[in-house]
Amino acid sequence: MTTATPTVAAGTQKTDGTPTTTAGRVRKRLNSRTATLVSIVIAVVWTIPTFGLLVSSLRPEDEIKTTGWWTAFTNPQFTLENYQQVLFGRSSSSGQLAGSFINSLAITIPSVLFPLAFACLAAYALAWINFRGRDWVYIAIFALQIVPLQMALVPLLKFFSTGVTLGGVTLMPAWDLVDEQKFAQVWFAHTCFALPFAVFLLHNFISQLPGDLMEAARVDGATHPKIFRTIVLPLITPALAAFGIFQFLWVWNDLLVALIFAGGGDETAPLTVQLAEMAGTRGNEWQRLTAGAFVSIVVPLIVFLSLQRFFVRGLLAGSVKG
Amino acid sequence: MEFDFADQQPKLLMLMYGLVAFVLVVGGLLLLLDVVPAWFARRREAQLIAASVGGGPLPRRRKQREGLFAFFFLLPTLLLLVIGLVVPAIRTTLLSLMDGTSTNWVGLRNYGWMFSDDSIFRVLINTLVWVLLVPLVATGFGLIYAVLVDKARFEAVAKSLIFLPMAISFVGASIIWKFVYAYRGDGDQIGLLNQIVVSLGGEPKQWLLESPLNTLLLIVIMVWIQAGFAMVVLSAAIKAIPGDIVEAARLDGVSPWQMFWQITMPSIRPALIVVVVTLTIATLKVFDIVRTSTNGNYDTSVIASEMYNQAFRYGQNGQGSALAVFLFILVIPVVIYQIRNLRQQREG
Repeated sequence: MTTATPTVAAGTQKTDGTPTTTAGRVRKRLNSRTATLVSIVIAVVWTIPTFGLLVSSLRPEDEIKTTGWWTAFTNPQFTLENYQQVLFGRSSSSGQLAGSFINSLAITIPSVLFPLAFACLAAYALAWINFRGRDWVYIAIFALQIVPLQMALVPLLKFFSTGVTLGGVTLMPAWDLVDEQKFAQVWFAHTCFALPFAVFLLHNFISQLPGDLMEAARVDGATHPKIFRTIVLPLITPALAAFGIFQFLWVWNDLLVALIFAGGGDETAPLTVQLAEMAGTRGNEWQRLTAGAFVSIVVPLIVFLSLQRFFVRGLLAGSVKG
Repeated sequence: MEFDFADQQPKLLMLMYGLVAFVLVVGGLLLLLDVVPAWFARRREAQLIAASVGGGPLPRRRKQREGLFAFFFLLPTLLLLVIGLVVPAIRTTLLSLMDGTSTNWVGLRNYGWMFSDDSIFRVLINTLVWVLLVPLVATGFGLIYAVLVDKARFEAVAKSLIFLPMAISFVGASIIWKFVYAYRGDGDQIGLLNQIVVSLGGEPKQWLLESPLNTLLLIVIMVWIQAGFAMVVLSAAIKAIPGDIVEAARLDGVSPWQMFWQITMPSIRPALIVVVVTLTIATLKVFDIVRTSTNGNYDTSVIASEMYNQAFRYGQNGQGSALAVFLFILVIPVVIYQIRNLRQQREG
């Protein structure tokens, strides 16, 4: 073995494509240098718009409105006034984004938890409980992924506002929600819309758990709820994290569902709705727009950067494995 | 300049109600599933004992227990899907055959309106441009970048920077780019794009008001967000190509160009299709960018934003529903294509 190793190493080195001539070696290094350089330049260009927004949000109002943000480096003037105004300002034109920030949180947290739990249960049943018609149920849920949520908006809104009557019999009264109670509508809508993808993604993970493990637990007399709680849940934490991040970003960044089901009032409008409103009606108030946009970006950015690993894994499981 | 935190209390209370409801529903369901079978088990045990003592008939083990478990595990999901997705989708289809206030049947008139009204025709053309350009450009860029960064140093950082816009909301991204496109009539420009144009000796423009160009500028925003997705998925696919294939090709002395077309491309084809399909579907439904940037004015509207306007601003439920149904019809062939591909992959 000891004598064989060096020759093998030499062999792989050669097949590695390492050029033998000096010119070739220089060219190869240059190639990878160029690749590094080009990829970094592109990455920087990609980041410039966001960077410009961040710099601008820290500049005084009249500076933002009269000079480009790039002049801030030669003539540095920075302030937190914009954030103060946009978050806590009393006048209605300032946005009062602190309230919207809380709205965003109040909308997002339950909208992540509900589909996560329900989809988890459903995915387990579809993967490990034998019952008739299992494949059909799975295919039906899978197929629902392609229904655009636009297909559900009008009737679902009507469902909340007028309830359900069938042949004159009221099956469900109107929800008649006011102010912050409307959060419940948004939770409901987000949960429904998230379920097909959630079941699909979690099913991908859960069905790949080793069958022997389940079998052993069954033989030991564990019931399905027990297996689910003590064996499956701990094993699929990465998948839960992946979907959790996915859904968090989706709900936090969503505009359409919030616009329709939460309405534009200060009591319920999340950051996205409020910002879209500001961009439409006060499109030139850049000191507020830049600061406001950054307020809305910062939470998903933190979540994303700290949990990127899980997110990427979920992305790959959801798309590549199919 | 004061912010009243007391105002926020009802919201936090509502959030707490939501969390309590969550614990009750999920916890309750699990508890139910735990307690009830245990009770049955105990009863069965008692019956068994009674049977062995008294010599009565042995109780038969019931087979449908599995199905019962499955039913309860699936109950919340199926219930919500039926109420929130299946029934509404069917109703939308019916509404699309009715007039604006959903009182009279009008047959296919709403669909006729879609293709005869000039402004809506424009919307369809815009959507077509979006659907053709976004997947193509974003995937192309993502692929080139994935290949490029594969050999580079600082790979993780460079990839993160491209990937970062994925975390930003469409609304946030639209504001970021609106700022890039910002216009000032006189004096210094505050928008980066106009500044570049001016420094190259051109005239500053109100970019978002110029019709066909503004749609392209909005498409840039979408590409900026989605290229990172394409790049990450394709990069993972490239890294998954078996080393010995690459090795063998190198031994045969293929050029990097041949390597790309004959080794890399065929190997990552499944991932490529997934990316294009995902982006196509996402692009078809694009709404936030158009709504935030131009509100659909200046000839930038697309199907999803027009659907919102018709149904929720103009109160034209019929026409809005027709647009939603049309959107659904557009998605179907894309999905069928993907399913067929997946099946071929499994068989091959």
